[in-house]
Amino acid sequence: MPRKEGIYGLIAEFNTPSELVYATEQARAAGYRRMECYTPYPVEEAAEALDFHKNRVPLLCLLGGLMGVTTSFLMETWVSVWAYPLNIAGRPLFSWPAFIIPAYEWTILFAGLSAGFGMIALNGLPQLYHPLFNAPNFRNGATTDKFFLCLEAVDPQFSLDGTRAFLEKFHAVSVVEVDH
Amino acid sequence: MATKVPINDPMIDPRTGEYAVIAPGHNFKSVTQKIAGLVLTSNTPLGWFGGLAIAGMVATLVAIALTWLFLKGVGIWGITMPGAWGFAIINFVWWIGIGHAGTLISAILLLFKQTWRNSINRFAEAMTIFAVCCAGIFPVVHVGRPWLAYWLFPYPNTMNLWPQFRSPLAWDVFAVSTYATISIVFWYIGMIPDFGTLRDRATLPLARYFYGLLSLGWRGSTRHWIRYETASLLLAGLSTPLVLSVHTVISFDFAVAALAGWHTTIFPPYFVAGAVYSGFAMVLTLAIPIRKIYHMEDLVTLRHLDNMAKVMLATGSIVAYGYGMEVFMSWYSASHWEFFMMWNRMFGPMWWGYWMLILTNIAIPLTTLWSRKLRVNVGFLFVLSFIVNIGMWFERFVIVVTSLYREYLPSSWGTYKATKWDYMLFIGTWGFFTMLFLLFVRFLPIIPMSEIRMMLPQTKVTRGGPNAETVSEEMS
Repeated sequence: MPRKEGIYGLIAEFNTPSELVYATEQARAAGYRRMECYTPYPVEEAAEALDFHKNRVPLLCLLGGLMGVTTSFLMETWVSVWAYPLNIAGRPLFSWPAFIIPAYEWTILFAGLSAGFGMIALNGLPQLYHPLFNAPNFRNGATTDKFFLCLEAVDPQFSLDGTRAFLEKFHAVSVVEVDH
Repeated sequence: MATKVPINDPMIDPRTGEYAVIAPGHNFKSVTQKIAGLVLTSNTPLGWFGGLAIAGMVATLVAIALTWLFLKGVGIWGITMPGAWGFAIINFVWWIGIGHAGTLISAILLLFKQTWRNSINRFAEAMTIFAVCCAGIFPVVHVGRPWLAYWLFPYPNTMNLWPQFRSPLAWDVFAVSTYATISIVFWYIGMIPDFGTLRDRATLPLARYFYGLLSLGWRGSTRHWIRYETASLLLAGLSTPLVLSVHTVISFDFAVAALAGWHTTIFPPYFVAGAVYSGFAMVLTLAIPIRKIYHMEDLVTLRHLDNMAKVMLATGSIVAYGYGMEVFMSWYSASHWEFFMMWNRMFGPMWWGYWMLILTNIAIPLTTLWSRKLRVNVGFLFVLSFIVNIGMWFERFVIVVTSLYREYLPSSWGTYKATKWDYMLFIGTWGFFTMLFLLFVRFLPIIPMSEIRMMLPQTKVTRGGPNAETVSEEMS
């Protein structure tokens, strides 16, 4: 992948979640779309302000669960009826009540792994490098006690001076330019 | 129930009269520094090295006992006919039961929005995983030829051999392996944001590199957080039926067999309740020294201890009901074998096992835990947690041994006596468990920082611009 050049965006630091949410709502109202909030814990109001509602983790989880139950039930049936039939105290080869137990466990196994790894994949992780880590104040705060709003340079509304002036209106602690 | 509490105690919420979940005066930075500091400090307490050395030495007993076992076979244990299930099965069920409280705290209490659980959730989950590690040793070596234990997994092989899915042994493999996998995934995913914090706060390059890799590059993006919260909630929703099913399947190992004392429908609920009971006792055993040694009294407060004691009271009562029902059914079923089994349990040669169980599991805890004064008495709870775990071990001993050694045919009656190799392996797993736990306490965040931040009053979002400014001044 060719290394990108130039500015990634402008990042504003806030002390409280309320200030962050307000600034995000205003930025969205002003027409910015390519932006993201960074917080030390989940702030649902920030997601609302970003208008982020679609989340495909539950769908992946459901598909995983369905795959788990089908795989294990069909496998048990095939093994017990065709591949390796055993007469256990005269019980029928297709003893479906007994097969429910491993099928149940694999439903949970596949659904859980799909939810966990699906979340990581949808988040685009692992991504050990990100331009924001270049911002001097980001790593000190984003995972501890500060709230950040990043307006990205790819947004058509973005202009270095105009966006900086816009962000400074919200009494941010600092507004920093982030390079790729 | 009016209990006298000091009026000016800052730990007591004046509105509810309850102990606070987090001591007042904390903010995002202080909780982060406090928890991350435990891991990132360069001053490892000397006691930690001492503890690790002792635990490591005890853990070597596992290696010794297993080496001799692999050389000689299961004949070195006390198992005979008809008592073919001895310590291995008792210890397996005991350890895995201990693990269940971790999942209950991390999953069920999350679904019920019991936010107080956030402080104790991480180390309870760690306890689950380490307990499952200890539990896993036993059935594998109990199969007799452990190098062939992988035959239990369904995989295509040149022998055209497949598992027998109508057997509880195969169910166990699926249940326990799923439980271990999902617990590890849930635990790891819970730690990703905290690894990000540790990466950003670490000063040693090696630590930054190590936690950076583990954090997967976590940067706290809101879109990530929303997916992350969904995944956590889904994993909690999946772990809840999982944890109930695991001990149910383990109880099937007994209940499916046509043996008096095992063949009963009360086993699944009573096993699950017993597992949670012993697990909460183990969480107390671990939490009480940790909060003392690492000065975490303001994050793991008396509220937590009180609540855990209440859960123990509830699950202990279910267990007591189970014992009562067993006795009642052995009379009411009018089955000669059931009646004899119960009489033999209470008054036969191994009577001490049954009465020890009643004393430690029922008589002591279920009379004392009703008192709020005792529920917030740290020393008492610490001692009680050991008593309950001894009791829960005796429960499995009574179920396994006293049902087996005098079964239907008097001509085949025997007895059961554990050998030094049985004890060595069992005691060794305590060392192994403690060793893993000490390593966890030193290198991983023992309290979830992001979840603690969510419980602080500063998280409240006030809408509207001008207000936000005054809020920020109050907070700083």
